[in-house]
Amino acid sequence: MGDVILTMKGIDKSFPGVHALDHVDFEVRSGEVHALMGENGAGKSTLMKVLTGIYKKDSGTITYQGKEVEFHNTREAQDAGIVIVHQELNMVGDLTVAQNIFIGREPTKGIRIDDKKMIEDSKALFKRLKIDIDPRARMKDLTVGKQQMCEIAKAISHDAKVIIFDEPSAALTEKEIEDLFVIIRDLRAQNLGIVYISHRMDEIKVITDRVTVMRDGGYVGTLITKDCTKEDIINMMVGRVIYEEPKTHSMCPPDAPVVLKVEHLNAGRMVQDVSFELHKGEILGFSGLMGAGRTETARAIFGADPKQSGKISVLDKASGQLKEVTINSPEDAVKAGIGYLSEDRRRYGIVVGKSIIENSTLACLEEYTHGIFIDKKKEKQVTEKFIDELATKTPSADQLVMNLSGGNQQKVVIAKWLVKNSDILIFDEPTRGIDVGAKNEIYKLMNKLAAQGKSIIMISSEMTEILRMSDRIVIMCEGKKTGEMDIAEATQESIMDKATRNIS
Amino acid sequence: MTKKKSIFNDQRVIAALVAVALTVVYLIFSKEFRQYSSFLSMLDFSYYDILMAFGVTFPLITGGVDLSIGTGMVCYALIAGQLVRNNGLPVGAAIVLCLLLGLAFGIINGILVGVMGLAPFIATLSTCMITRGVGSALSATPWPTLQQPGGWFHSIFKWQFGTGRSAFKFPFGIVLMLILMFVLEFVLNHTKFGRYTIAIGSNREATALSGINVKFYHVMVYAVCGLLTGFAAVAYAAVTPTVQPGTGAGLEMDGIGGVFVGGVSATGGYGSIIGSFIGTMVIVLLKTGLPYIGLQSNWQQIITGAVLIISVMIDIVKKRRAAATA
Repeated sequence: MGDVILTMKGIDKSFPGVHALDHVDFEVRSGEVHALMGENGAGKSTLMKVLTGIYKKDSGTITYQGKEVEFHNTREAQDAGIVIVHQELNMVGDLTVAQNIFIGREPTKGIRIDDKKMIEDSKALFKRLKIDIDPRARMKDLTVGKQQMCEIAKAISHDAKVIIFDEPSAALTEKEIEDLFVIIRDLRAQNLGIVYISHRMDEIKVITDRVTVMRDGGYVGTLITKDCTKEDIINMMVGRVIYEEPKTHSMCPPDAPVVLKVEHLNAGRMVQDVSFELHKGEILGFSGLMGAGRTETARAIFGADPKQSGKISVLDKASGQLKEVTINSPEDAVKAGIGYLSEDRRRYGIVVGKSIIENSTLACLEEYTHGIFIDKKKEKQVTEKFIDELATKTPSADQLVMNLSGGNQQKVVIAKWLVKNSDILIFDEPTRGIDVGAKNEIYKLMNKLAAQGKSIIMISSEMTEILRMSDRIVIMCEGKKTGEMDIAEATQESIMDKATRNIS
Repeated sequence: MTKKKSIFNDQRVIAALVAVALTVVYLIFSKEFRQYSSFLSMLDFSYYDILMAFGVTFPLITGGVDLSIGTGMVCYALIAGQLVRNNGLPVGAAIVLCLLLGLAFGIINGILVGVMGLAPFIATLSTCMITRGVGSALSATPWPTLQQPGGWFHSIFKWQFGTGRSAFKFPFGIVLMLILMFVLEFVLNHTKFGRYTIAIGSNREATALSGINVKFYHVMVYAVCGLLTGFAAVAYAAVTPTVQPGTGAGLEMDGIGGVFVGGVSATGGYGSIIGSFIGTMVIVLLKTGLPYIGLQSNWQQIITGAVLIISVMIDIVKKRRAAATA
């Protein structure tokens, strides 16, 4: 390990309603691979965005190569030699590899872009990285792994001194990860400072020299990787004081009938052979890290994404038996009694420019029509009933949804599925972007719904939420179900262990 | 990495085959079509469509559109024509005026879309209405165009050798179009402007994050489109004896349709000027050729519409296949 090349000290950053970074310290030495770890929302990406000028810090100092610096955009950071290889690759698919690497700084001959030089320079870069990619290939024709190699080549071509890898392995195959590690070791040998953001404990142990852990926007500590165990790191990551009492036992009676049975569901890379059961009146928590395939599973069940195979059965109310259903579209799912509350409310859940009434009856307008006319009175009645029941804070049922707070918008979405009388509700990140007070209300509401016999699948990335709400927990990792446990036996550590690729 | 692909994968090849097939059918079934004068007249009416198509290729590659090219073209031709007739403006100055008017409206479109962030459809629909309104506000009666008896204007596009009935006419316009095609194809593929046009259409976010001034280039895209529309106005004025104020709506569809037949990606990110040229020739052949084999104008529109759907379907199917094999 060489000298300190980059120091961030006392970095503080607030967004409206969120203290995203609370006086965080972080340093990188040249010739080291430094892991930055923490749960989702711990502030890792925010810290890196502050570093590269995407966000402006509220206070704190950044010292780079002995001088205090502040970058105003990624371009300035790049020019200084600090480059991010993003998790979502920033590439222009229709251009070639060489064109992507040199975008924004094309070598020119007069007004003509010197493609020949670009291709030659790209070849030289790839040679240095010891990878075999044709610079003339179109970017979108490459595999994700190769695309990532191109991003790395682009980073190095900026004469980078510090390269930040933001969850580079999330989309890679085993073989591609090995190739990536070869490159990273090579870069380390060339005395670059490397920041490696990842959730995968095994990788951290293999590739990094030091680990800095963040939690809830704060700095927890820095360890030498070879001197610590996986458990040490996990404890640092989750070791917060739990301010909400977790559930100690399941509220769902053991003899409750199965209302939804999913068997061997496959849908793309993110949903592989997922099977589980949901009981009547149960809250089934889906835990895992970002990109574990939970949302994809929900969308596949709901018919929003195509599935390759799998069997879905729903309790038939008339016969009291499980009956297989074919779900090829959300319409089919809604008919089968399933409601989906998207994690991205504004995009999939509500129509913001419309009133509460219009949103509430959207899923079952046919029940509120006489012939071709909408029965406005009946519509209003049912909406007001649910405004009361869910304690939605609004001056009237005619209020536009965009004027409501996040928590109240969520209640409108819930009302929509209750009006539809769906028995199975999938809550995807039900409290994302909702403040603490409203969170509690949503929790109470979910408990109440479960007590009334509705069955709930709750996808959540917040450990406290999972432990507080779930009766049973399914844990996913990399598109596979890696564990299932009753709330009575679940702990943060055991869940985290399964969520970080310890396939049981 | 680069796989050998069938040439039929290239929509331009398909479009060219369609154009050849149409020509063959016309030649077989129409005696009239076999005459040189038919060929000349078809070319006369193709130039402004080709120029509009060249121009609108750029916004279409960015995933946008320019709906104001048809009415804009007519409006500029009217303004210039009126100044020539009433105020004695020299024809040369009138040509420059057309180009400048086109450029100005192009820049306005560019600012609305690239800087203010209006949806291209809305922004250019508005300028489409405005240019049509300006056109009709100028005069309630049809105006003669730039064409002057004995003037040199028409001869930009058609060179005449000899006089009287033995005169030979050479369609120089098509040479101009071919030169322009190669120049613009070069601009699209080998200059920063062209490359960023494609990049914006493919992934605007990533392009901006690469440190490129996407706003500037977005404005440029529409400015180039406007400039070529100005040139189209000159070509339009050269062949149309009178221009009806308030017309022009619908003409843009020939240009835009041609670009799609030529294989531009309907979602942006890919396009070629050569393709736009071939595609427009298909549209022109349908527009001017079908009457020769006895099909009326309503049939032309039906067939043109069907060709357009097929072209865009090819693009969609290709994308789906690519996504399936990736």
